Formats: sequence, structure tokens, C-alpha cells
Amino acid sequence: MRTYRLAAIAVLLAVSSSRLAAEEKPVELKPGTGKELVESNCAACHSLDYIVTNSPFLKTAVWEAEISKMVKAFGAPVDEPSQRKILDYLVKNYGG
Amino acid sequence: MNRRRFLAQAAGGAAGIGAGRLLLGPSGSARAAADALQLDAALATGVREVATLDALPGKVPLIKLSYRPPNYETPISYFDSPITPNDAFFVRYHLADIPTAIDAGTWRLKIGGEAATSPFALSLDELKRDFRATEVVAVCQCSGNRRGLFQPHVPGVQWGPGAMGNARWKGVRLKDVLERAGVKKDAVEVVFDGADKPIVDKTPDFIKSLPLSKALEEDVLIAYEMNGVPLPPLNGFPARLVVPGWTATYWVKHLTSIDIATKPFDGFWMKSAYRIPNGKFPVVQRFLGQETAANTPITEMVVNSLITSPLEGAKVARGKPLAVRGIAWDGGYGIQSLEVSADAGATWSMATLGSDQGRFSFRPWSFSFTPQGRAAMILMARATNRIGQTQTSELILNPAGYHHNLMHKVSVTVG
Repeated sequence: MRTYRLAAIAVLLAVSSSRLAAEEKPVELKPGTGKELVESNCAACHSLDYIVTNSPFLKTAVWEAEISKMVKAFGAPVDEPSQRKILDYLVKNYGG
Repeated sequence: MNRRRFLAQAAGGAAGIGAGRLLLGPSGSARAAADALQLDAALATGVREVATLDALPGKVPLIKLSYRPPNYETPISYFDSPITPNDAFFVRYHLADIPTAIDAGTWRLKIGGEAATSPFALSLDELKRDFRATEVVAVCQCSGNRRGLFQPHVPGVQWGPGAMGNARWKGVRLKDVLERAGVKKDAVEVVFDGADKPIVDKTPDFIKSLPLSKALEEDVLIAYEMNGVPLPPLNGFPARLVVPGWTATYWVKHLTSIDIATKPFDGFWMKSAYRIPNGKFPVVQRFLGQETAANTPITEMVVNSLITSPLEGAKVARGKPLAVRGIAWDGGYGIQSLEVSADAGATWSMATLGSDQGRFSFRPWSFSFTPQGRAAMILMARATNRIGQTQTSELILNPAGYHHNLMHKVSVTVG
């Protein structure tokens, strides 16, 4: 898990060093079980404000559909156990 | 009464428990920040917590909804004049690997595809030299503009009203470039790819297509200038597609290839994304070749308007003339009229339409009256276009949160 997280951060840094972007400030997520999984899996492709701005209105089924879209349509390399834990975290902390 | 308490009462009265809760939720400082951003009360709490004014390179501070990829919208005040300055123009990307400093000298635009008889490539200099330049003033509006105002909320980028802008675009006609490539008889679509890329290989690249008939229209441009200067890097330098009247999803930035195709493009961003339910919206130009039984690609914008002055929560003087101002636009049929109400929609008066920069441009309007009596006043605007389409008072729900054109309401106090 730690290696995966380091890899995600490396991608982030590689991406941001050549970005035509502002200083990306860290987006603080709510503490809870699964928060680290969300950070290491999701932040590789996008900043975590995508999650916060889509709250607190997404029901379980909709968060489930969003995760499914990330994995199936966008090819996010997240294994099934991690998907379940991420779903639990999002529903608990950012659900409607 | 202070402005914050007024907003709480107005929002609570107008929208019920939902709006009331989001005003009790965040801390006082978050609420103050949200007010400074001119954030609509209908946005979800999450937006009000993380949206912030932030300046991208070459831009004035805009409302940041996401850092990466950048999704930044323009505060309402900038729409008070009909041309949106380049440095205040909104920024929207789907994919986080966005191009940095493209070298204009080495950039090439490839035109080809199976339905092109003579594929070729152009440098920026050749694009400008080989084809006649033309200009069009046109509104570029994100399909999901105002999605954040949907009730109930739908997932996606939670835009307020600022994911749009109006500019004078200069470029060459796409049809002239296609003619040089030679369009075969079996061509059905033209497919556009830009220099932005996904982080993960498996994520579908952002590629869009137009029906051939649309691609050959006079006003569809390969644009290289915006308001008299080269395109800003974050708005598509060195060249982008400009499709006046249609939503911005088609306005592909940093164009790198144009393919003339013999069959409908079936990439994710055409086949699955950017679709509206059939028959729900009054659309004239449809993308028939991409239509299914259930849905159809979003195409032309719906008629819409925005009150730019006064701003939400303003105090206006009793007994003194008040100039209400704003803009109106549609999918290119032209604005016929704009009406204003000062009593939350009970009665309406005709506003004066301002300068006409063409059917694809924001049309400014103004309405002057002298407020008397009431403490709280709700202003509304309603645009009608030349083919009789008008704004809705009931939201047309759709899963992706497109085409929000509820009449804009601004609450002010007369004092």
C-alpha cells in the first residue's frame, strides 16, 4: 500500500512540475477509515475537491456509480476490496 | 438587517429546508468567503467549503472548483459587459495532463481521416497564410453551466453560472480547411483531437466529433485569436475549434488533428458522455447520426439570461431609479426580448436590448425603474428568442445536469 501511495505521489509530482497550473493546495478530507485509500487512489488523476464539491448529496447508489465510472470508464486501477472501502468512506463522510 | 441574515431569510423562504441547512452548516468565515465569491445559495455545502478565489497563470482570480484538472468559473461581475476579458474567461479541462507552453513554431495540425482524399498538415503560420481569416462573436458555454444549482443535485462539476464567456474569435473557416483535404462522398462526421491527455492510459482521450453538415457551416472556425490576441494557453493556444451556438464540449482546445470519418465516432466522450434524453429539450439542430433510442448528444444551447447588476443581496435606494442590467443568449437564433420582474414573477416589463454583436453573442439588456415601499425585492429576468423559445420556471431534469435555464433570481433590499 505504501509503495502504491508513493507511486501515486510520484505521478502527482511529475504531472504538476510541467503543469500550466496554479499552486495546488492540498484538499483536506474528513478523518475516517478509508481516507488514506481515497487519497492514494483518487489523487493520482484529480484533486480531491472533486469529492468535496459533490457533497453532501450523493446517495450510496450514486457514489457507487461514480466509483464504477472511474474504474470501468476511466480505467482507474483500483482493486475491488479498495473500491468497497472507498465507497464506505465516501458514503459515511460525504453522503447525503 | 445585515446582508448575511437577509440571505439566510431569503434562501430559507425561497428554497425551504435545504438552503437553510447549508447556511447553518459552514463556519462564519466559510460563509463570508462564499459571499465574497458571489456563490449562489443553491450550491451544495461542499462547494461552499472548498470553492475559493484563485489565480491561474495569465488569469485574474476566478472561482476554483477543482485544481487538477483545473475547473475555474468567472464571477458574475465580469458579465456586466458583454465581452468577457481573456484573463477572466473560464477554464475547464476533463483530463489533468494539460499542455504547457506549446511551441507555436513546431505545432502542427493534421487533417486527414478515411474520408479525406488529400491529407495534409498545417503549421500555425500556414493556417494563417493559406486560408482567409474571419471573425465571429460567440458565447462559449459549458454544457453543465449552472449544474450546481440543480435541485435535487446531480454529480459532476458543480458549476454556478460562470462557466461561460463571450469573445470575438478570429480564425479560418473549418469548411475551407476540409475542402483542401477533399471530403469524400461517404463522409458523415469530422473528428477532433486536442493536445490534452489523460493521466492513466486507459482513460479515454478527450475526442469529439461533429456531423459533417455542422462542420461545413460558415461560422464554425479553427480559431487562433480571442478578443484580438492569440488564444491564452488555458483557453486553447495555439488553435481551437469554435462552434457558435453549440455547447463548449465541441470547442476542442489545442487542436492537433482533424479526421474526416465515414462512420460515427464511438469514443467515450461522444457515445456515453454529453447526452441528453430524447425529446426533453426544444432542440432544432440534432446530431442524428449519434442518436439512440434513449438519448442524443447535447448540441445547441438553450435560451438563457443573467442579471449582472444588482448583485444578490445588494441594498438599493428607495425612490431612486435603479438600473437593472444583464445579458441574454441562446443557440444562435437571436434574442427577441428580455423581460424583467421586480415582484418575483407576478408581473413583467420589457427591458431594452443593447448592442447586437450578432446572433451568437451575449446580448446586453437594461431596465430602469424606481423601487418604492417594499423592504425585500426579488428581481427576475426572462429571455425569449426569435423562434419563440423562452426560459423555464420549472427545471428540466436530466441525469447529467445539462441545460439549466431557470430564470435567474436576484434578491435585494430596498432601503
